[in-house]
Amino acid sequence: MSQHLLSVVIFFPLLGVLAVVVGGREMSDRTARWLALFVTLVTFGVSLAVLGRFDHSDPSFQVVEQASWMPSIGLQWIVGVDGISLWMVLLTTFLFPVSVLASWTVTTDVRRYMISMLVLETAVLGTFLALDLIVFFIFFEALLVPMYLLIGGWGGERRVYAALKFFLYTMAGSAFLLVAILFLYAHTGASTFDLRALADASATLPVQTARWLFLGFFIAFAVKVPLFPLHTWLPDAHTEAPTAGSVLLAGILLKVGAYGMIRFTLTLFPEAAKHFSTAIEVLAVIGIIYGAVCALGQRDVKRLVAYSSVSHLGFVVLGLFALTEQSVTGGVLQMVNHGLATGALFLLVGMVYERTHTRRLDQMGGLASQMPWLLGFFLFAVFASAGLPGLSSFIGEFLVIVGTFAVSHVFGALASVAVVLGAIYLLWSYQRVAYGPIREEHRSLPDVSLREVIVIAPVLTLLLVFGVYPKLLTTSIDPSTKQVVEQVSPDHATTVIPSNTISAQAGSGG
Amino acid sequence: MRTPIAYFLLLGGILFSLGTVGVLVNRNALRIFMSVELQLNAVNLTLVSFARLHNDVGGQVLAFFSMVVAAAEVVVGLAIIVSIYRRRRTIDVDAAREMRW
Amino acid sequence: MVGALVPHVASTLWLIPALPLAGAAINLFFGDRLGRWAGVLATVLVFASFGVSLAAVLNLLTNAGDNRLAIQHLFDWISVGGFTVGFDLRLDTLSATMILVVAGIGALIHLYSIGYMAEDPRRGRFFAYMNLFVFFMLMLVLGANYLVLYLGWEGVGLCSYLLIGFWFSEPGNAEAAKKAFITTRIGDTLMLIGLAVLVFKFGTLDFEAIFGTAGSVLTKDAATVIALLLFAGAIGKSAQLPLQVWLPDAMVGPTPVSALIHAATMVTAGVYLVVRSHVLFEISGVALTVVLIVGLATALFAATCAIAQFDIKRVLAYSTISQLGYMFIAVGMRAYGVAMFFLVAHACYKALMFLGAGSVIHGMHDQQDMREMGGLRRAMPWTFVTFAIGGLAQAGVPPLAGFFAKDALLEVANHTGREAVYALGTVAAFLTAFYIGRMICMTFLGRARSEAAEHAHESQVVMLVPLVALAMSVVGVGILQLNPEGAMTKALEPVVGTAALGAGLSVTALIGIAVAVALLSLAIAWWIYGSGRVDTVAFRARMEPMATAAQRGWYVDRAYDVVIVQPAKAVARLTSDVVDALVIDGAVNGIAGLVKRSASGGKLIQTGFVRTYALVLFLGAVLVLGFIGVRG
Repeated sequence: MSQHLLSVVIFFPLLGVLAVVVGGREMSDRTARWLALFVTLVTFGVSLAVLGRFDHSDPSFQVVEQASWMPSIGLQWIVGVDGISLWMVLLTTFLFPVSVLASWTVTTDVRRYMISMLVLETAVLGTFLALDLIVFFIFFEALLVPMYLLIGGWGGERRVYAALKFFLYTMAGSAFLLVAILFLYAHTGASTFDLRALADASATLPVQTARWLFLGFFIAFAVKVPLFPLHTWLPDAHTEAPTAGSVLLAGILLKVGAYGMIRFTLTLFPEAAKHFSTAIEVLAVIGIIYGAVCALGQRDVKRLVAYSSVSHLGFVVLGLFALTEQSVTGGVLQMVNHGLATGALFLLVGMVYERTHTRRLDQMGGLASQMPWLLGFFLFAVFASAGLPGLSSFIGEFLVIVGTFAVSHVFGALASVAVVLGAIYLLWSYQRVAYGPIREEHRSLPDVSLREVIVIAPVLTLLLVFGVYPKLLTTSIDPSTKQVVEQVSPDHATTVIPSNTISAQAGSGG
Repeated sequence: MRTPIAYFLLLGGILFSLGTVGVLVNRNALRIFMSVELQLNAVNLTLVSFARLHNDVGGQVLAFFSMVVAAAEVVVGLAIIVSIYRRRRTIDVDAAREMRW
Repeated sequence: MVGALVPHVASTLWLIPALPLAGAAINLFFGDRLGRWAGVLATVLVFASFGVSLAAVLNLLTNAGDNRLAIQHLFDWISVGGFTVGFDLRLDTLSATMILVVAGIGALIHLYSIGYMAEDPRRGRFFAYMNLFVFFMLMLVLGANYLVLYLGWEGVGLCSYLLIGFWFSEPGNAEAAKKAFITTRIGDTLMLIGLAVLVFKFGTLDFEAIFGTAGSVLTKDAATVIALLLFAGAIGKSAQLPLQVWLPDAMVGPTPVSALIHAATMVTAGVYLVVRSHVLFEISGVALTVVLIVGLATALFAATCAIAQFDIKRVLAYSTISQLGYMFIAVGMRAYGVAMFFLVAHACYKALMFLGAGSVIHGMHDQQDMREMGGLRRAMPWTFVTFAIGGLAQAGVPPLAGFFAKDALLEVANHTGREAVYALGTVAAFLTAFYIGRMICMTFLGRARSEAAEHAHESQVVMLVPLVALAMSVVGVGILQLNPEGAMTKALEPVVGTAALGAGLSVTALIGIAVAVALLSLAIAWWIYGSGRVDTVAFRARMEPMATAAQRGWYVDRAYDVVIVQPAKAVARLTSDVVDALVIDGAVNGIAGLVKRSASGGKLIQTGFVRTYALVLFLGAVLVLGFIGVRG
């Protein structure tokens, strides 16, 4: 079992699916819920075992599991974890039980809902752990289906439109990915889809070819992230998705795109990544500010959070392609932090929605006097998302800004501007929801229930813990990002530490 | 003395053409179905003939395969035809044209 | 290294912010159940923090001047690729001054709040936020690097937001809270960029490392950029021009909040920041001039606004802005000791005046308009006397603390050849004394002008004790700095260095002028507002439209609204409703539509006649076979 640890992590949720299927119609909704919660919790436990076996100083892939699948084409089942994917996996396995517990209020077709959730978990974990490009692609595509079902089946009024748009948009993006993978396979002559082997082999590609292939990979991931101007599926999908769907979409699925960028585009095509980095940084910075400005103009609170995701993910992409150690580590940190902070925001928006049955900002107000705890949690999440120091998003944003600043002063400064905009739209929306006089029909709404506290408290706790002691994350992330960065720009300074102050540093250990 | 291979091939060709025309002109699903069987058997005949000619059992094996598949096809096809009949009291294929745009 | 010098001090530094933090955590979760004890707990913890601070500072002072430094490294906060930021606390004479002010005055204001908030059902939350504020403020001043400072910097902004909007059911309060947070955040963002530049130049944010090497690392221009970016943060936090608009609105918060955050501590963080970063400002030189000009402009601007206010708290708000401007004048002249003493003195007398105003408001049943007051000296003698002491201190009447602060400042200006600064500073001093006189006269002297004023009552003892304590400090604290080279300057010298003074008017002449200006101004104010010989309504009418303009802060607020806020809102709407929905998403939907339209042509091939399909299939097979046949 221990040598198959990662496969267990990936496929354990499918056991839950099996159980629900076998249980059939006899299974009550209640059983299905508890079963799903149990399965996701066990998966989380197993992923903690992975964390326990992880050597934080080793930048390479660990706990690797390799088996031949289709030898004729060189397809293999390879899964492994490094400092970057480790935290993506933990984020995933952590957010799933939370989402399942947050879905207690789903009452229609509970068994199918839980099946979709569990299949989604397997697919997401597969994308984060796969080291074989085809295996990755299979999981990458597979996660669309359960998400499509979640949005289309349990979403809001325009759910079918949103689900279809989400599906087709991301599908269109991944068409480029498949072509690029096959082309890479054919042209390197490595006759394997093993990422590690291909990373070496791709060095022999002609520069132009590598750049085209880079774009093929990049577009697929850019849609997923989403990077401006490929973001318009996101507000619709977020707005219409059920609460857990939004949480998982924002918390995890967007990270799949960013993770793909760092794991595949940077590793496979370092020269091309450097070549396009400025253009991508420009798009990222536009996205940061554009997303924030759009968020300012929203009336629907879920759309607002969705646009804030566009802005925050811009930070991630900016960090990844600024290509300094600080910025990339900051980007990865930001992936985790955004998953938690925006996940928390969607959870809380969902809780508010379940009470008021409206997402429109102008139809709320004064809720803080009726539900002090719920809105208190909400405020915490708002400030976490706005990058208040001491809460986790700040560290990621700060590292990205600092790391980017070494590359481009303008981009670094512009990214900082988004910090103000973030404060404006988040506080504006919070004020509309929480403050002012309360509406008559909201006077009898209940404050948080015990279940809701159990849902939200762990997420908020982690936001605080990672904000005060981000070393928990960076000790394992840093070696891996360092390796990536050095591979992309071996001849350039990859850290923001200027050489003239090394001695000063040494003298100030205090 | 052996019958010239050409006779068998000619018979196969005639049978296949009859089957093809049958598929194209008939509106009754059962008759179309029978025509398809005719085509399949024409092909089987051709396969066996060539097998004999080249002294290679491969053709016969393939013919067996084809027969098995045909049998399976009959099972499924007839079932579909029966259920179509149950639903709409006709097996006119031109009446069943919902599966367009 | 340096931290090892005073180990027994260094190892207890964490306790200073930790005590109020613990109070915040307890009150946040259990405050509702604690009832009255919530306030007691919070107050005790801040007093305890003050006690630890005092012990640490006294311990520190036992060392010789150059060794007065203790650093406690708690843990590595950030450590990525050689870039390390420690969670470090630093106690030197500068931060010692600040923690004593923060914890000391904070403790008194907490005590006062027990009485002031006694009737509020949410006082658990209130004390949690107050304790949290003290925690962040202590982190701000104790931080040994810019990032810990920034943590405190943003944290106090958060608490300010929470406390301004504490009574959030009134729509205006939440609006004011948001405005305060966002306005200061504009400055904070520039400051954050400044931190990024610092990391870029130095690779560290540690004070010791930066100030030690700044002379060789930074060019004049680079230092100017960094200094001005940091100063932008200070402008926001200390409500200087042009970001002064938030502070008057922030007065909607509970009065203890105004006293603690918006008078004594948080708003002075900007002064602390510039003094702390004085090395960078001095390398630049230009930046110091900017500080001086901004300070001077703000001091004058806010003083004119204060004269025209009717709301007692808004007078104090504008006077705070004005006094902060004074502190920046001192900083701009490199008279850091004077600036820090000004900060301490101001913290004492302004906290006193705010608490006094709170007592008045309490006694008047939440009436804040001075036109409705009058004659309160009889009903509220304790409040009157203490408030008057604070007021006279600010007006610059010797021997109160404010006199020494202002006099030292003007002396430095005069003795460093800054004649214009001296002249304008004196003008501002005249205005200051005038609005102080006006406020005291309108509130406490004359006859009661309303029902509420006639039935006003003195506040309870728990609120009066802090008033008396602060009044005593206002009387006594001047001993710290009897002249520009006083004890405070001497104590700060290891941290901020010293600047030599030149010659100018004799000290006696300067004192004479300053006292004469203050007394003359107070006398005029009394003649207009206190003697009953002038019809104040008619007087004001003659001053229109100037009076209303000054009352509205010279319409800066409205100008920002028209020039910035409304256009920004329009742009946001335009971007989301037109650009995003129609242009970008329109392009996506357009492509989808294109596919759909071409498909609607192609779909006609699907007739649904199975025999047609069979025919096409057959013809296709024939074609393929034929093609193969032809090619051979």
